[in-house]
Amino acid sequence: MTIDLNHPTTTATLDEAAVERIRADFPILSRTVNGHPLVYLDSGATSQKPQRVIDVERSYYELNNAAVHRGAHTLAGEATELFEDARSAVARFVGVADDEIVWTSNATEGLNLVAYGMSNASLGRGGAAAERFRLGAGDEIVVTELEHHANLVPWQELAFRTGATLRHIGLDDEGRIRLDQAAEIIGERTRVVAFAHVSNVLGAINPVAELVALAHGVGALVVLDACQSAPHLPLDLAALGVDFAVFSGHKMLAPTGVGVLYGRSELLDALPPFLTGGSMITTVGLTESEFLPAPLRFEAGTQRVSQAIALAAAVDYLGEIGMHRIAGWEAELGHRLYEGLAAIPGVRVLGPAPGLGVERVGLASFVVDGIHSHDVGQFLDDRGIAVRVGHHCAQPVHRRYGVTSTTRASTYLYNTAAEVDAAVAAVADSRGFFGVA
Amino acid sequence: MASSELQSMYQAVILDHSKEKHGFGLRADDDGSSHQINPTCGDEVTLQVHRGVDGSVASISWEGQGCSISTASASLLSDLVHDLSDDEVEARISAFRELMQSKGAIEGDEDLLGDAVALGGVSRYITRIKCAMLPWVAFEDALRLR
Repeated sequence: MTIDLNHPTTTATLDEAAVERIRADFPILSRTVNGHPLVYLDSGATSQKPQRVIDVERSYYELNNAAVHRGAHTLAGEATELFEDARSAVARFVGVADDEIVWTSNATEGLNLVAYGMSNASLGRGGAAAERFRLGAGDEIVVTELEHHANLVPWQELAFRTGATLRHIGLDDEGRIRLDQAAEIIGERTRVVAFAHVSNVLGAINPVAELVALAHGVGALVVLDACQSAPHLPLDLAALGVDFAVFSGHKMLAPTGVGVLYGRSELLDALPPFLTGGSMITTVGLTESEFLPAPLRFEAGTQRVSQAIALAAAVDYLGEIGMHRIAGWEAELGHRLYEGLAAIPGVRVLGPAPGLGVERVGLASFVVDGIHSHDVGQFLDDRGIAVRVGHHCAQPVHRRYGVTSTTRASTYLYNTAAEVDAAVAAVADSRGFFGVA
Repeated sequence: MASSELQSMYQAVILDHSKEKHGFGLRADDDGSSHQINPTCGDEVTLQVHRGVDGSVASISWEGQGCSISTASASLLSDLVHDLSDDEVEARISAFRELMQSKGAIEGDEDLLGDAVALGGVSRYITRIKCAMLPWVAFEDALRLR
């Protein structure tokens, strides 16, 4: 069964009964931690995997394993077909064409691929077709203050290598991207605008349409970090109009080791390669070589075949349940989480409050006055509740709000309202344990 | 409400030191200092070594911000360092490192570590050992930079 993500035919959200059925698909959710049933609220870091995804990866090794895109034997053919079918499944899931999907190891590699492709273009590689990727002194790359380090450090390095200037759009006190500042910063010199669809710390859905309009108004390329949106929201990258986007398999029910880079066809065809070597060439001489067209031009060396096939199984699973329903359920959980935490004395939740007109996903990062996030997390872990502590690979946004670290609870389709309540109760109790109540 | 393991990590002496912070506050001069960061959480400590006229380690002072474990560890360490030779200091650092690597198997030498043996419970939590070690690593580094 496949569901058209833009025209859901089912109810708008999941219910407790549906979530219980979903939970039964995830073996790990039945284990205990420190004598308590596991309450897994760290899906923003990495998600758990349903039996079907685990089975698909195992089955590939039991039945079909072979090198893809080489060899003429039956297994090689089967493996290649599974690998390319997986590409099609992921392309459909985000509303783009098959040849616009590049497999990477993770989202970080996808962002580095774009940055290094531009770097190579700046050195003259790619000829006239790559002209639009060339950067030099006077050019500007624009990011926001809420970026994950993966969507910040590669641009810092690209700026150092090319002489371009890196600028950033700030945040307001409520946790929103300052569009007034974006309109001032994005200008004639801007060549790239890179930003997160959803902040992994603030949990807000960012104004993609407005930023795309500003960027395209000056001919700049848009790079979208979709790591926290692709797993949780219906995503149509073609409709969003972004030029490049990245996301990560392990955050959306798939194994580690596989990520996705989307690029508009004409851009991928013009971008010089990042990693080079076998499998990405047509003709190799002793001094120079010619490259395959995209996407294979960006897939040098042996590929992550089992992981890609398992990612396809994961997006099929998500699609069958329906991304609109998943997003609806997580919005409910997120609201419950936000309100529950915000009602605890001495607890401050980062990001735009509900009611400010900014949509939030099902995560909340928060500070408990007088208790360090590590200590809060340790207290929750003692009750089997898994949350993330620290800076979540986003130091600048923490600095913006005057903290070094936060505790983050992040939900997914398999979480229940009772689990959210258990986490909120544990946070409240931690204040007594650490003597700040 | 909290398990005995959790209570053994967060003993009263640790929670007290995390609030009282003995040795807190940097001085204008030092005989070696070090700034250490725990990259996973951004916690940091700056630790100064102060030597006496005979060259012994008279005391330490520190500033920083971090979880109760790293803060208490710095406070307990500062209680421990009063007019020690470099050899005595080294023995204490070695004993503490051994305790942290013990996974709860040893009690810790109270003669060498004093109240800092209370941090032994941390060694059962692999994710928190770095927190307890942070000021001790800074101390070791500050001694080297003499």
